[in-house]
Amino acid sequence: MSFHVETEQKNSVLCVRLQGELDHHTASAVRDKVDEALANPQIKHILLNAEGLTFMDSSGIGVILGRYKKLQARGGELVICTVSSSVYRLLEMAGLFKVLRLEEGEDHALRTLGEAV
Amino acid sequence: MKNEMQIQFSALSQNESFARVSVGAFIAQLDPTMDELTEIKTVVSEAVTNAIIHGYNENPAGTVQLIVVLEDDTVAITIRDDGKGIGDVEQAREPLYTSKPELERSGMGFTIIENFMDELTITSGDQKGTTVYVKKQLSKNKVVSH
Repeated sequence: MSFHVETEQKNSVLCVRLQGELDHHTASAVRDKVDEALANPQIKHILLNAEGLTFMDSSGIGVILGRYKKLQARGGELVICTVSSSVYRLLEMAGLFKVLRLEEGEDHALRTLGEAV
Repeated sequence: MKNEMQIQFSALSQNESFARVSVGAFIAQLDPTMDELTEIKTVVSEAVTNAIIHGYNENPAGTVQLIVVLEDDTVAITIRDDGKGIGDVEQAREPLYTSKPELERSGMGFTIIENFMDELTITSGDQKGTTVYVKKQLSKNKVVSH
């Protein structure tokens, strides 16, 4: 099962694009890659683009919450965009929209974080 | 008509996707909706992940058994491990409870399973392994194509 995490820094925002199925097996790849990028103190926010995410279970919830806690420590925000209906249901069930913001597309989400596209 | 399949596999995390894809392929004959298919695959993923992480502490020597029974429009799935078991099943079912917060487990596994299925039974005990049985009736109000 191919899974891919792509990260790109746009000033204070770390864009994280996920491709494939996010479960317990693939969660460590997201954790390692994002945490490595977060070593840069310039990064305040994370924008999670879920467009290529074809499956997610509660392991995905765990990895998202873990990154949220790290951002909280530096006063940043976690924004998620382009979410499928099944991923949306899971995030809602876990109450994640209390802590993360949902936006429609990556460009729009970036602007809400104060970054020009 | 009753139709049954069984598989067993090593307690390796790469088998989580194998398990849900296998179940998805087997239940396809009942023509589930996309939502039903996703729900069932998610449930299998949750239960199998629990068996691997909690039952066996990710020791690949452990074996996870998966049984799927289709009868009319009902899907019944049993996920069994011979691992360390759950001492307090009621506590394990509580939303956000996890015995492994250090692994960033969300504690949402059983809550998701309960939400997506009609029935959930957990049989376990300390050092007795865990058997998770779930059942779901698929919707019948589908457009019939000829």
